[in-house]
Amino acid sequence: MTAIDLRAAQRPNAPTTTYRYDDYDAAFVRERVAEFREQVRRRLSGALTEEEFRPFRLMNGLYLQLHAYMLRVAIPYGTLTARQMRRLADIADKWDKGYGHFTTRQNLQYNWPKLVDTPDILEALADVEMHAIQTSGNCIRNVTADHFAGVAPDEIEDPRPTAEFLRQWSSLHPEFSFLPRKFKIAVTGAEHDRAAILVHDIGLRIVRNAEGEIGYQVVVGGGLGRSPFVGKVVGDFVPRHYLLAFLEAILRVYNRFGRRDNKYKARIKILVHEKGIDEIRAAVEAEFAAMDRSVFAHDPDEFERIAAYFAPPPYETLPPTSDVLRAAKLDAPAFANFVDVNVSAHKIPGYAIVTVSLKPIGGVPGDATSDQMRVLADASERFGFGELRVSHEQNIILPHVKQDDLFALWRLLDAAGLATANAGLVSDIISCPGMDYCSLATARSIPIAQAISKRFSDMSRQRRIGKLGIKISGCINACGHHHVGAIGILGLEKKGQESYQITLGGDPTFSASIGEILGPGVTAEQTPDVIEHLVDFYLAERVEGETFIDTWRRIGHARFKDVLRREGEDGADI
Amino acid sequence: MALISNGRFVEDAWRRLADEEALPKAGKVIVSLPRLQHALEVVGPEAALGVIVPNTTEPSALIEASPRLELVSISFPAFSDGRGFSLARLLRRAGFKGELRASGRLVADQYSHAVGCGFDTIEIPDDLAERQNEEQWRAALNVYAMSYQRGYSGRGSILEARRSAARS
Repeated sequence: MTAIDLRAAQRPNAPTTTYRYDDYDAAFVRERVAEFREQVRRRLSGALTEEEFRPFRLMNGLYLQLHAYMLRVAIPYGTLTARQMRRLADIADKWDKGYGHFTTRQNLQYNWPKLVDTPDILEALADVEMHAIQTSGNCIRNVTADHFAGVAPDEIEDPRPTAEFLRQWSSLHPEFSFLPRKFKIAVTGAEHDRAAILVHDIGLRIVRNAEGEIGYQVVVGGGLGRSPFVGKVVGDFVPRHYLLAFLEAILRVYNRFGRRDNKYKARIKILVHEKGIDEIRAAVEAEFAAMDRSVFAHDPDEFERIAAYFAPPPYETLPPTSDVLRAAKLDAPAFANFVDVNVSAHKIPGYAIVTVSLKPIGGVPGDATSDQMRVLADASERFGFGELRVSHEQNIILPHVKQDDLFALWRLLDAAGLATANAGLVSDIISCPGMDYCSLATARSIPIAQAISKRFSDMSRQRRIGKLGIKISGCINACGHHHVGAIGILGLEKKGQESYQITLGGDPTFSASIGEILGPGVTAEQTPDVIEHLVDFYLAERVEGETFIDTWRRIGHARFKDVLRREGEDGADI
Repeated sequence: MALISNGRFVEDAWRRLADEEALPKAGKVIVSLPRLQHALEVVGPEAALGVIVPNTTEPSALIEASPRLELVSISFPAFSDGRGFSLARLLRRAGFKGELRASGRLVADQYSHAVGCGFDTIEIPDDLAERQNEEQWRAALNVYAMSYQRGYSGRGSILEARRSAARS
């Protein structure tokens, strides 16, 4: 046991609220590390060519990027313990450059690992029950879930037991590891969708039928990338008993009939689009009817075994509101702003959900230094049962904080530069790494995010603007989810120049919509101006209580197009 | 070509018949799918019949012939094309009991996937067999003690093991 492990073991409030490996899980992950170590050795010996090695390193989260390898670590359903967060910090220090990047799929990326070090990194992850399995490659990827799982007041059921169940089922699946293309599954159990399930290959929504039975609405064929689609319902109510069988049926239909002639048309969304949802539903139902469903039948004991790990922590009985909090807000206006913007309602009286923004003004969205990771780990232990979450908005969530403790937590975060009060506001920008790191990128994303963030550095102005999601992708693959940003920005390359295409009206929730293109692309320099003018136009047009997207929906896209057109007439070369 | 069975490079008892070659009276021969119907009609009881099929074949096209078929070889046009895994599953589900063979540039790291889906043997080109020797194929079978899935062959299921542990 290392000193860190020893410290974790001795901690009185050691995490109780997330899955723990049993001997089988632990052995499996160790075997995967050993297999990968051997694959690296065989790659270096020449037994495996680079082409042969590629899918296997990708299935272990290892990409070859612009400057170096990139290792993507899985954070299943975005849930982390303090101990795991510390390990991520230690790895960043030992094998990378002292920081990591939290992604839109609740994962963490290291940008500078060496190939020969990666087996040791995986070993260090396995020590704390983590891995990088299936964070890339044409397989079932890390399953994501609502980052407010288990604590949101609007929840029917915690989605994480389902997500963990699927993590295990999908791990090294003999049949579905060489799919036409990547396959992403997201789960939510709430009335509001915080997991963007309608833009995943499969989205699962936990629902209750008239008889009170729990089941899943299954949505298929959503996705972003170069051809964005909102998913369509393939199963309106799939009882839990049949969930795995139903998913096997979908995957088998996709594995057999998904296109393999063109990688840009290989996602299941294209199959659904080309065949139509009715034909796909018929094929899935036929396969479902033909298979031996008893093999996949729900095992309630196993599900209960998993669900027990996600039991609520030992909450105290508290009044619903906190006098300590009220007094502190009056004393410290900066703290009051933080509470108003970054703190969400918790299902347990007297507790709160805190969003720690990884979007400081002018910073790199989603990046955290190893020191910040350690501060977050400490904060979670002092104030939140040692549990953390990663949101798909690239922020960190402390899901169980006593309202009485909010002020002390805020001071701790503030001292570490982690108290930016912008959750959900205009500077809480989702951005992919873009040209600064990524070999696929056609333009820079991070500097654009930084410039926009600086433009709106006045926090009171941000609060006046209200909820507004800006999402930036540095290429058509749309890792920055620009299609579902209320304002989306897509960086392209035109005649050797970066050109940014702006879309408006995207929405990743149950009311999902794909953003509409505003007009011709603009330059990197013009982008903050255009965004600012669009925001000012919204402020001038909005009626009481409207968010940006509400106003856009009410007055229409054409009015916003005029803003960009006027921009052009002002002499800008657009 | 090299043939791998149970983690060993073995002699191939089957002969792949070119379409212009006459059907023999005896022996183990593999014909192409377009020739299968004819072969079924004319080949004598002394001969054993196998067929090589594209990975896009509808399983129903083989089910009718399956009582007479002793081998089905599924082509893998690229090692990363996983359709053959699903086709193997479907043939096993339909009750095919003969030898299932994966033919193509599969790599050793896929061996346990193939076995899990019901394949018995893997046929790879010689240049690949040279780089990925018998030792690597044998090792690939023993990387994992168990797997998370149920209903796939090869290894014990973690879910089953947990279930029986809970019972006892």
